[in-house]
Amino acid sequence: MTGGVSLAEVVVSALIVLGGAFALIGSWGLVRLPSLMERLHGPTKATTLGLGGILVASIVWFQFVRGEWTTHELLVSVFLFVTAPISANMIAKVHLLRLRQGDASEPGGPAGEPLPPAAGVDWATHEAPQLGTPGDLEGD
Amino acid sequence: MIGYALAFGFGALGLALAMNLWRLFKGPGVADRIFALDTMVINVIGLIVLAGIAGNSGTSFEAALLLAMVGFVGTVAYAKFLLRGDIIE
Repeated sequence: MTGGVSLAEVVVSALIVLGGAFALIGSWGLVRLPSLMERLHGPTKATTLGLGGILVASIVWFQFVRGEWTTHELLVSVFLFVTAPISANMIAKVHLLRLRQGDASEPGGPAGEPLPPAAGVDWATHEAPQLGTPGDLEGD
Repeated sequence: MIGYALAFGFGALGLALAMNLWRLFKGPGVADRIFALDTMVINVIGLIVLAGIAGNSGTSFEAALLLAMVGFVGTVAYAKFLLRGDIIE
């Protein structure tokens, strides 16, 4: 270790490089993978994790430079980690609906077209809302 | 040392944004385009946080938090419009 390079600087640099690499890998998956259901994996997992690394680097950096403890980044990362699966679920529902309507035309990946969850059962997003749930208009 | 790491981070996130832009134009479906926009917003949040580290300013967190919220709401609004034909029923 050369003089003048502190441990905090090494930690921050490693976290930034790791986070940038994860974000790049996630976007590479968005370009490279064949079908949308597979493409959903890259950015929702790798990019969110990479951004978590960058945010932790920011926390450590401001703790090191200014000596002040900031929790703004924790707020951002918690918000991202909560919302990433929800938006991925919404996009998967849109994809299922457009496949059903025949609007989506793309080559199937190695996993093939999305199958029904079980024999004789359809995906919940295609079915009528059940009684007592928020989408149920008759029970209101 | 932190300068090299920041340069790598900016380069990686910029390249990731270019890839997302390619997917945004290429498609092939509407869901792909929504997803590319969502990923672009996440990468831009990363760029803002890196700019905050590089500029040594603590004022960029509000922008990052605001962009996280607006990006999520925008994605859900697009998806709801395609699913239901309406955003707020």
